[in-house]
Amino acid sequence: MTTTQTSPVAPEGDTTRPPAKTAVARALGNTAAGPLAALVIAVIVFSATTDTFFNIDNASLIVEQFLVIGTLALGQTLIILTAGIDLANAAIMVLGTLVIAKLSQDALPAGVALIVGILLCTAIGAVSGTLVTRLRLPPFIVTLGVLSVLTATGQLFANGESFSVPSGVLTFLGERSYLFGRIEVTYGMGVAIILIVGLWFLLTQTSWGRNVYAVGDDEEAARLTGINTRRTLLSVYVLAGFVYAIAAWQALGRIPNADPNAFQTGNLDSITAVVIGGTSLFGGRGGVPGTVLGALVVTVLTNGLTQAGIDSLYQQVATGILVIVAVAVDRVVRRRAA
Amino acid sequence: MSHLRSSARASVRVPVVAAAGVALLVAGCTSTKSGGSDDGSDSGGKVAIGLVTKTNSNPYFVKLRESAQDEASKKGAKLIALAGKFDGDNQGQVDAINNLVAQNVKGILITPSNSTGVLGAIKAARDKGIVVIALDTATDPASAVDATFATDNEAAGVKQGQYVKGALKGKKPAIAVLDGTPGSTVDDLRHKGFLKGFGLTNGSPEIKGTAVTNGDQTKAQTAMENLYQRDHGINAVYTINEPAAAGAAQALSGKSGVVIGSIDGSCTGVRNVQSGKFAATVMQFPKKMAQQGVDAVVDYAKDKKKPSGFTDTGSQLITDKPLSGLESKDTAWGLKNCWG
Repeated sequence: MTTTQTSPVAPEGDTTRPPAKTAVARALGNTAAGPLAALVIAVIVFSATTDTFFNIDNASLIVEQFLVIGTLALGQTLIILTAGIDLANAAIMVLGTLVIAKLSQDALPAGVALIVGILLCTAIGAVSGTLVTRLRLPPFIVTLGVLSVLTATGQLFANGESFSVPSGVLTFLGERSYLFGRIEVTYGMGVAIILIVGLWFLLTQTSWGRNVYAVGDDEEAARLTGINTRRTLLSVYVLAGFVYAIAAWQALGRIPNADPNAFQTGNLDSITAVVIGGTSLFGGRGGVPGTVLGALVVTVLTNGLTQAGIDSLYQQVATGILVIVAVAVDRVVRRRAA
Repeated sequence: MSHLRSSARASVRVPVVAAAGVALLVAGCTSTKSGGSDDGSDSGGKVAIGLVTKTNSNPYFVKLRESAQDEASKKGAKLIALAGKFDGDNQGQVDAINNLVAQNVKGILITPSNSTGVLGAIKAARDKGIVVIALDTATDPASAVDATFATDNEAAGVKQGQYVKGALKGKKPAIAVLDGTPGSTVDDLRHKGFLKGFGLTNGSPEIKGTAVTNGDQTKAQTAMENLYQRDHGINAVYTINEPAAAGAAQALSGKSGVVIGSIDGSCTGVRNVQSGKFAATVMQFPKKMAQQGVDAVVDYAKDKKKPSGFTDTGSQLITDKPLSGLESKDTAWGLKNCWG
């Protein structure tokens, strides 16, 4: 798992690291174990209580439903690992879908529109990152501001309309084919796998990734060890912006229609997935596998509870309880580690 | 109504983010002033009319505001348009009413976010001799305002229910219900109307599943996929508004024979009926609400005659596959009369 090389978080102001981890701490620090257990339990319960949950078609459906929120959550993970938070991620993505769709309607080639959208989302990430690193503003406030600005910008840009996109490059990720003639897959799943593996590799196998964890763990200590913390933080926001652009592409694959009012709770849903996935809101602990599992847990809950005929409001209750449990576990782990 | 969409933002799942909501609230209500010259020299002679909508961003309310603006210009009145910050922003609407009272308006047109949330401020305004008219959504009790100009949402729901039932042509119904936001007055009325038009109740076995969509196309898509996975026999879908219907249509693409009904009458929605994504929608008329509201205030300023009671601004079934016994218009008519 991703967290093996990260050390438990030291208390504030204490820059000394604890000695080698005990087996218990290592087990507890394995942040993907919790969401994995939750996922397995959910799958068992829904398989036992409904006739329609445990089959290959529904598995495909769950993965399709996971794609957009899972991709948003991957970008969110990068930022939360640095002890930040991104309230604007869904707004960045929605603006991306609007710009891509509008440009392609205005007779730009779809591929060019897509590239413009990707550059735009990445640039917005760079703006947030610059505000966080240069002006030393809290990420919470920066992204709250960006959320507000982008939501309004999207509405003004769309002027009450929603834009449908033509089939082709823009809807490519939603196109289906069949593995072994039976298992329904979309190209979006392939892109998601590349993204997941790529981000996992960057975070765990490169010095950049180690710097990200170090900055999230204790920014001052990271700076003292010679890490360029500003550049690391900025790169995290830029990369997250790029990931949100991929989410925009995934979203157009799911529904070939860009609507300024879509994904209004996407930011909270992605934070929910990351937190259930065991990534610490205090930074420095967690990672990609946990987030993938966390997003799957959220998707499976909605999917399974709907099929079990349980009121959507109880689905929100269940998700909320999981979030609180996840944060509580994180808290306990931190205390023990300290 | 499509404004349901924005209420989704109010649902908060992560404690940290609750603070974000609070921060947004603090920012208060937004305002746009328009109409007439505002330099004070001639505004004394003009009738000032206040308009308070639920939000500024939703196309439905943008259309309502534009229509009120046009009507006010035509009648030589001055319109001051304010709005809540998001759907459900009672405090923002109360602030807006207080602002308008301070600006000596003759009348206030309001689309209350919540049927009971703004009653105190409305009473204070009426006590000062200001005529208050509810547009689009009634207050509870309706007598809290002088008059109401709105869609009869239950009647609109009935039209959707009757059409969807008829379009099944005698097949045994298996219905998915895609609701908006629990507790919303308008949503409850549409839901109730649909069941009434279909001749069902909430517990009827024909209803195979219900989901909350907040009127969001992506949530509706996921909900519809899950409900269809639960029951492949679903052949009829109730939707709270057109984005929800669009999400349902996407979820069911490639599956023929499912009748999707909707309500709202946006131009996007009518185009979706035209292209066959869903079978029918029920159009409402925000323009009429705005015009009649402005006219009523202008009349009051002229001869002190207050408007009263509930005026249904009507709703119209739009479909290209008309059914005998149900009055409907085609999408060509719909595209000429859609609101945005």
